[in-house]
Amino acid sequence: MRGGGPGSAVGPARSAARVPSALLVPAAAGLVFLLLPLAALLVRAPWAELPGQLGSPQVWQALRLSLLSATTATALCLVLGVPLAWVLARTDFPGRRLVRALVTVPLVLPPVVGGVALLLALGRDGLVGRLLDDWFGVTLPFTTAGVVVAEAFVAMPFLVISVEGTLRAADPRFEEAAATLGASRFTAFRRVTLPLIAPGVAAGAVLAWARALGEFGATITFAGSFPGRTQTMPLAVYLALQNDPAAAVALSLVLLAVSVAVLGAMRDRWTAGVGA
Amino acid sequence: MTAGGGSVTAGLDARLVVRRGDFLLDVALTAAPGEVVALLGPNGAGKTTALRALAGLVALDEGHLRLDGAELAPLPAERRPVGVVFQDHLLFPHLSALDNVAFGPRCQGMPRRAARAEAGRWLERVGLAAHADARPRRLSGGQAQRVALARALAIRPRLLLLDEPLAALDARTRLETRAALRRHLDDFEAVTVLVTHDPLDAMVLADRLVVVEDGRVVQTGPPDLVARRPRTDYVARLVGLNLYRGAASGHLVRVDGAEATVTVTDELTGEVFVAFPPSAVTLHRERPVGTSARNVWRCRVAGIETHGDRIRADLTGELPMGAGLTAVAAAELRLAPGVEVWAAVKAEQTHAYPAG
Repeated sequence: MRGGGPGSAVGPARSAARVPSALLVPAAAGLVFLLLPLAALLVRAPWAELPGQLGSPQVWQALRLSLLSATTATALCLVLGVPLAWVLARTDFPGRRLVRALVTVPLVLPPVVGGVALLLALGRDGLVGRLLDDWFGVTLPFTTAGVVVAEAFVAMPFLVISVEGTLRAADPRFEEAAATLGASRFTAFRRVTLPLIAPGVAAGAVLAWARALGEFGATITFAGSFPGRTQTMPLAVYLALQNDPAAAVALSLVLLAVSVAVLGAMRDRWTAGVGA
Repeated sequence: MTAGGGSVTAGLDARLVVRRGDFLLDVALTAAPGEVVALLGPNGAGKTTALRALAGLVALDEGHLRLDGAELAPLPAERRPVGVVFQDHLLFPHLSALDNVAFGPRCQGMPRRAARAEAGRWLERVGLAAHADARPRRLSGGQAQRVALARALAIRPRLLLLDEPLAALDARTRLETRAALRRHLDDFEAVTVLVTHDPLDAMVLADRLVVVEDGRVVQTGPPDLVARRPRTDYVARLVGLNLYRGAASGHLVRVDGAEATVTVTDELTGEVFVAFPPSAVTLHRERPVGTSARNVWRCRVAGIETHGDRIRADLTGELPMGAGLTAVAAAELRLAPGVEVWAAVKAEQTHAYPAG
């Protein structure tokens, strides 16, 4: 190393010590900004009351509903979103760019506006909701199914964008190879493309699941807040905050713990899957 | 039309016309069952486009594609009895070697167990039974290429397409794989079309060469004939010959676009090609006297390259050519770019043939 000249001597030092303060200071501030609220949640949690709070059936009811609806919404996103992403990535039709832009609208739409839009479309008097009611006797608003619909509406763009990006990065010639072996486009998708993009689909599903788990605005607008039916954890936290702040903190801790645990487990699984 | 009359012609009969912006591919190809045809050409000549058109991965803009009498052009790739070995093998990375080979039979509706048994037999034939459970990334380049061959053959194609099958391999693996591939192609009873830019691959593997340049067929014939009688500069360079076109009368050929004549042993009239190898050229600092060489031209050294223990000099002047000589000879002549030399070639060392 001594003969390596000034360049090699600077090399190792550069990574550790010589971070410009113009970057280091905002980086540290950003980290504090992200972690401080979480720390406050832990510091100010009513640890003594916690066992009592967690014993209340209302907490478990809300948690169960949240996990169930977020997972169902994610499944819905996968069933509809992965094919949509494939069509956007692998086919060419007039207006494809427009469709792609429209898919991302729910990303930027305030969730409450999304909830209003869902009511106008799928509400009892909505464009399609009326037909659902007349023909099948199905009403979505203010039901658990409505929660799933609201969450899926908000979460699906995350999945579509993520999977489409993975598909574009994947080599389409594997699909051609499958075609020369006699595979229809659907068989090629199912047996070749899907396994190849599985990590990207999993990443998109986790993003969608996390977004669905935290969904508030569209859910409360479209599905209301009925305990046991449509009152998910975020709604329960918000309502508890009005009259029982200690319960709100307890609920928040549970939600935080569950999210971190699930994301951690998923992350380990993919990294293991990619490395094998 | 000539194949009409209701009789079914076995083998391949195609005219492939594909337009890509300014590029036009227009190639006619025929091949009998069991025949191996090599599409040979420089990069960008359209060889791979022709191969993709045969496979159904590119649509024909015009022409036809008949295989054993059946018109394939309207069929999508998955409905054609065509197997493809891709340049970088494109084995499915998430499947074992065995499942890669079983993929085709499975798509043809064979039950899983039967398809895997069939795949096992194919892997055995290419000598990779021991690697059946290996994922593609665990295989060497040569092994992956053999699995890709087994995968393409497992669908029992009537047309086998090989896209630069040896290009991705290192020199030693290439030698072994080329020999093995030749044996498998000998056993294959249907048509094989091979795309390559390597003349050696083409010469060893193919029964017939179709040389494609700029989207057109410029020469076709058995490898030895193409090698002896190149008809374009590209082919001449590939097989290492100096090639000229000119007008012959008797034993004298007046070379087009040069102030030179070549004396040849063949007696011809009209448009001809004349070819001679660089090794036939002898170089002299003074005009040679008393030599038996009938052809002497005044040239200038444009460049010098070393190939092993041989030196190759590129000459300009009365007749541009490549000349091969030993390092000792080059040193004695004090060859360097810009040096004036006399180049001599014996008439017996030339080969003239009609251009028409």
